[in-house]
Amino acid sequence: MSDLNKLTIAEARDKLRAKEITSVEITKSCLDAIDAADALGAYVHKTPELAIEAAKAADARIGAGDAPDMCGIPLGIKDLFCTQGVDSQAASGILKGFKPEYESTVSQKLKDAGTVMLGKLNMDEFAMGSSNETSVYGDAVNPWKVDDRNLTPGGSSGGSASAVAADLCLAATGTDTGGSIRQPAAFTGIVGIKPTYGRCSRWGIVAFASSLDQAGPMTKSVRDAAIMLEIMCGHDAKDSTSADISVPNFEAMLTGDIRGKKIGIPKEYRMDGMPSEIETLWQNGTEMLRDAGAEIVDISLPHTKYALPAYYVIAPAEASSNLARYDGVRFGHRATLGAGDGITELYEKTRAEGFGPEVQRRVMIGTYVLSAGFYDAYYNRARRVRTLIKKDFEDVFATGVEAILTPATPSAAFGLGEMTDADPVQMYLNDVFTVTVNLAGLPGISIPSGLDAQGLPLGLQLIGRPWEEGDLLNTAYALEQSAGFVAKPNKWW
Amino acid sequence: MSIDTATAAKVAKLARIKIEEDALPALAQEFNTILGFIEQLNEVDVEGVEPMTSVTPQRLKRRNDEVTDGNQQDKALKNAPDAREGFFVVPKVVE
Repeated sequence: MSDLNKLTIAEARDKLRAKEITSVEITKSCLDAIDAADALGAYVHKTPELAIEAAKAADARIGAGDAPDMCGIPLGIKDLFCTQGVDSQAASGILKGFKPEYESTVSQKLKDAGTVMLGKLNMDEFAMGSSNETSVYGDAVNPWKVDDRNLTPGGSSGGSASAVAADLCLAATGTDTGGSIRQPAAFTGIVGIKPTYGRCSRWGIVAFASSLDQAGPMTKSVRDAAIMLEIMCGHDAKDSTSADISVPNFEAMLTGDIRGKKIGIPKEYRMDGMPSEIETLWQNGTEMLRDAGAEIVDISLPHTKYALPAYYVIAPAEASSNLARYDGVRFGHRATLGAGDGITELYEKTRAEGFGPEVQRRVMIGTYVLSAGFYDAYYNRARRVRTLIKKDFEDVFATGVEAILTPATPSAAFGLGEMTDADPVQMYLNDVFTVTVNLAGLPGISIPSGLDAQGLPLGLQLIGRPWEEGDLLNTAYALEQSAGFVAKPNKWW
Repeated sequence: MSIDTATAAKVAKLARIKIEEDALPALAQEFNTILGFIEQLNEVDVEGVEPMTSVTPQRLKRRNDEVTDGNQQDKALKNAPDAREGFFVVPKVVE
């Protein structure tokens, strides 16, 4: 059987159960696709031997009966996840050669479920970026292409998005601090969900902004997202912010019935200068949900405008603290010192050599907003605004609204290199629709919902109530069925 | 609030990132762009609003105060750029 790499998780699971195919066959199909796709820059550390070994073990487990749902499913893992004995660099020069002695909780859960890791995936350095252009490995490339330009797959989970869209795995892990799962998912025509803060353990995931970071799945369908998210979630004593709340069977909640569900349309997301195609997509999505029986209501989230500025205080502040650990002493890169250089020069040279420009910029902004004299004016003010942003959502949910529909991104994928000369703030605007969700700790999902005039995918975002991922996935499932997005990129790589 | 090159140099020093003298003006300019964007927060009335400490209302879990991990010196040193005799090695820090 050919093209096994193109299967969804659900399809592969059923065929594996029916003994029509083996995990080794799917895995080999993926490995062949990966080797033919170096032009996409999606995989940065390939682990074919480990993959075949894991696939054989999975086949044996399936043969013995009673294997978990994802047993034998080949996945790509974002480079931000620490994977035991396998390079885990967060796409940074400062972690060159770092091979963790431990496995992140989320990737361990996926391993325990019998999944097969194909390799590590490209991303923006330390997950700081929206185009995968800050990676030390070089750009990841979007498999979607409409002219001779190479387009960004988005970021920071750009390699994950590219790999899923190009069928270089059945699904991938991502992480999302300000939109890093949902924006790349939208740019590549796939599904990506960021669960409620605390659903997935952050243990063993290289930290960027600890109060915002969450892991989540990036998949070819909403059903796959439900299957994979369930495995990734769950309480972990090793992460003090991980929630001790039971994880339901998300897939069982996909009925597609959203009759009577109250869905809010926030007026503040109608931005000045928003392309008409995004506006049309949003209107179409609204109509689809209405046709499916949902009750559509206009809502207001008055502090939306202040989400990005608050984010660009809070995230760099937390990053400057988290990234203090990269000092050239315990792991990763260490600069070569000159005569007379002491410990301070060791730190300063190591960090100047090891961090790329965007990471340096954010660490220094964070240092500035936390420094004496500015802490109240910047950091505490941003945290107050964050309280107000969260309250906006709470007020809306208190009126009975169960989900909120917005565009996922302000545009389709742009060309790699096109933003190079723009100031950093222009790049930050990519996350304008997604970042509120991280600040409020809510679950959010991006669903491929249409193509723009050039033929590039566009996504819609649904935002849910805390811990209601199952209900959110079901609404997304209804939207997915109505949108009927089946387009795939033409293979050029 | 405008950042000059002296402030940029001070921030780089605090962040322990070596920035060459000739790169400071451009860096100061970037800081000003980003901080100018952040200044919008001053428009918000935050009187009486508590700064957020935890996005999900939860008490941190407690456990018994007992050793659950450790004795992994080899693993801890495995990725060190320079480790000798069971220690991380750094330049001399005391005179």
